[in-house]
Amino acid sequence: MVPDRGKKLNVPAPRHRPGEKPEFDNLDIPDAGTVPRPDVMMDPKEMFTYANRLIRVLGRDNKAVGEWNPALSAADMRKGLYDMMTTRIYDDRMQNMQRVGKMSFYIKSRGEEAVAVAQAMALDKKDMLFPSYRQQGLLISRGRDLLDMMNHCLSNSKDNCKGRQLPVMYTWAAGNFFSISGNLGTQFCQAVGWAVASALKGEDALAATWIGEGTTATADFHHGMTFAAVYNAPAILNVVNNQWAISSFQGIAGGEKASFASRGIGYGMPGLRVDGNDFLAVYAVTKWAAERARNGGGPTIIEHFTYRADAHSTSDDPTKYRPEHEPEAWPLGDPIDRLKSHLIEIDEWSEVRHLEAIEEITALVTAKYKEAESYGTLNSGDRPEVSSMFEDVFKEQPEHLRRQYQSLQSLIPDLGA
Amino acid sequence: MAGMNMIQAINSAQDVMLQKDSAVVIFGEDVGYFGGVFNCTEGLQEKYGVQRVFDTPIAEGGIIALAIGMGVNGMRPVTEIQFSDYIYPAFDQIVSEASRLRYRSGGDFWAPITIRTPCGGGIRGGQTHSQSPEGIFTHVSGIKTIMASNPYDAKGLLISAIEDDDPVIFFEPKRLYNGPFYGDPEQPSQSWESHEKGEVPEGYYTTPIGKAFTVRSGADLTIVTYGTMVHVSLAAAELSGYDVEVIDLRTLTPLDIDHIATSVCRTGRCVVVHEATKTGGFGAEVLSQIQEECFWKLEAPIKRVAGWDIPYPHAFEWEYFPGQSRVLDAIKIVMES
Repeated sequence: MVPDRGKKLNVPAPRHRPGEKPEFDNLDIPDAGTVPRPDVMMDPKEMFTYANRLIRVLGRDNKAVGEWNPALSAADMRKGLYDMMTTRIYDDRMQNMQRVGKMSFYIKSRGEEAVAVAQAMALDKKDMLFPSYRQQGLLISRGRDLLDMMNHCLSNSKDNCKGRQLPVMYTWAAGNFFSISGNLGTQFCQAVGWAVASALKGEDALAATWIGEGTTATADFHHGMTFAAVYNAPAILNVVNNQWAISSFQGIAGGEKASFASRGIGYGMPGLRVDGNDFLAVYAVTKWAAERARNGGGPTIIEHFTYRADAHSTSDDPTKYRPEHEPEAWPLGDPIDRLKSHLIEIDEWSEVRHLEAIEEITALVTAKYKEAESYGTLNSGDRPEVSSMFEDVFKEQPEHLRRQYQSLQSLIPDLGA
Repeated sequence: MAGMNMIQAINSAQDVMLQKDSAVVIFGEDVGYFGGVFNCTEGLQEKYGVQRVFDTPIAEGGIIALAIGMGVNGMRPVTEIQFSDYIYPAFDQIVSEASRLRYRSGGDFWAPITIRTPCGGGIRGGQTHSQSPEGIFTHVSGIKTIMASNPYDAKGLLISAIEDDDPVIFFEPKRLYNGPFYGDPEQPSQSWESHEKGEVPEGYYTTPIGKAFTVRSGADLTIVTYGTMVHVSLAAAELSGYDVEVIDLRTLTPLDIDHIATSVCRTGRCVVVHEATKTGGFGAEVLSQIQEECFWKLEAPIKRVAGWDIPYPHAFEWEYFPGQSRVLDAIKIVMES
C-alpha cells in the first residue's frame, strides 16, 4: 500500500471544461507588426526571442503591418482566400457525407486552413510535403482535383490508394505529397531523410513536415529534430499547436512549460512562433525558413499557434471535454475571416464577391461529389478490384499471396477471376 | 450481478482495483477527464482523482517506461495504449525492458504492469486501427498475453492481470466491446444483454491467467481460438452439422496446452482460428504444440484459419476478416480428409 501524501503529482489541466466560460485572457498576444524579422542566416543562439513571441502581420484593424508583411499581390491573396474557402466547403461536404454513411471516417481542418494553404503557396512545387492528417489545404493549394480527393475518401473504384486506407490518409505522388500514415509523428524524421537525400544529391528542393503539438511528445519528434540539426537538413519542421490532441489540451504535451517553437533552441535550431490564423504571417515565416534552408542554413521549427475549431475527427464529440463555445472565444479569430477582411480593407474584395465565391465553390464541390459517387462509395457501387488487396504487399506478388487470393475466390464464387 | 458490456466490465475491473489497492494507478492517452476513446475509464478520474487516473503525453514508449519506473517503485500501473496499432513505439520498452527486468536482475527488480490495448478489426478502422499484433508479443519471453472474448472473462482476467506481479498485455477485441460478433456484418448488431457472459459480478473476482475454457463441447473436431473469433467459430460450429468443440484460449502465454491436448486427443481433428495474419501467427505455435502432444491421435492434418498475409485493407474488411464461411470450409476439409 502506498501512503497518501496528498496532491504532489502535477497533472496539467485546461483552464476550462464543459459548462465553464471559456476565456483566453492569459494569452500574451503582441500587436501585429511588433516582432522584427531577423536575417535568414541569423545564428540560432541569438533567436531565443522569436521562439517565444508571436509573429503577426494582420492587425485587428485588418491592415497588414511590420517587417514580416510579405507584401503579397492582391491576386495571390485572393488565391489563398479562395483555397482556404474551398478547403472548408470541401470539409463540410465530406463530413456530411460521412454522417450519412458514404464513408467510414472524416477529419476536418476548420480553423487551421491558413497553415496548410499559406505554406503550400510559400513553398515551391518541387518541395516535398510530409503532412499529418489535417493539412488537406496543401492538396487544394497545389491544385489536386477535388474529384481525386473524394474518390479516395469514398474508397471507390477510382481511389488511388485502392481502398486500403482510411479516408483523409491521402497520397499524391505527382504533387510531391507523401503518403499519410495514420500513426502519429512517423513522417517527421522521414521528411528529414528526404531533405538529407536532397542535400546529398546537390538539389535545391527542401522537405516540409507537419505534426500536432501533442505529437511533439513522441520519440519521432526528437529523432526529427536531432537528425535535422546534426545534418543541417534543408527541412521545415512544423508544429501545428491547435491546443487540443483529441481530449488532451496542449499542457499535457508540455505546452505550459515552454513554447513548442522553443524546443528548437536545445537542438541549435531556429524556432519561429507564428499566429497560425494569420495567413500573411504564416506565409512570411515559411518563406523565411525556406530561404534559410535553400541558402544552406538548415532546418527551422515553426510553431503555428492556432485552434482546432471542430472535433478531432468524426469519432469524438468535443463538447465532452471542452466548453461548447470555446471555438468562438479563441482570441486570434478565424483565418478565412481575417484574410477576407484584409482584402476588403484594401479594396480588393467585397462581401458580394465573397458570397459569389462561396456559391461558385459550393457548386464545384457539389458537382465533383456527384461525379465521385458515380464511381462508388464505401458501401455501394463500384470499388477497386478485390484482387488488388493482395497486390503491392511486395513489388512482385509471392506465391503464398497468389494462393491466398485463390482461396478467397473459391469461397466467394461471384468474385470472378 | 449486473448486465455489463465489455467496456463496462473493463471499467468495473479497474474501479474495483483502484478501490482495493492504493498502489493501482491508471494512465494513458485521453483516459482521464474524457474517460478513454472507447469509454473504458469513464468516470474513474472523477471518482479517484487526477493522482490516480491521468492523461499522458502521446508517447507510447514513454507510457510503458513510466509504468516500469513506477512499478519498480512500488506502484501497480495499468496503462492504456489507445489502439494496439499504436503499440510499436513502446516495443523496446516492452520487449527489452518490462519482459526481461526480473530475469536480468536476478529477481531483484520487477514491474507489475498491465498494458490494456484494443485490437482487431471489424469497425472500418483501416490498417492503423484494426491490427491483431498478439503474435508479436507471444514470441517474447517474460510477458503474459491475454485476450478475453466476453465481459465476464474480461473483468476477471483484467483483475488477475493487475494483481499479477509480471507484466501482462491485455488485448481487448474492440468489435466485441458492445456485443458478441458472429462474423456477418449484414446481421443486426447483438448486445451483451441477453448473453450469459454479459452477467458480471459487480465486485471483486478473478478469472485465472493461463487457463483455457471450453465454450462448446463436441466429439468430432476441436476448434482452438480466442477473441472475436470465438463467436465466429461458435456460429460456424452450429452451421457445420458436425459435433464441434470450441475452446477459448483466453490466455495465449502461458498456453494451457494440457486443456487443448486433452480435447484434440479425444476428437482427433482440429482447426486453429485467429484474426491476425497467418504466417508466424500464434496459431502456428498452437498447431506445433498440438502436433507434439497429439500426433498419434490425429485423424487429419490440422488447418489454420487466419487473416490473409496483408495489411488490413479498409474497403475490403469483410474479404479480409476470417468469417464463418472460411471457418466452415476448414471444418469441412478436416472432417472429410
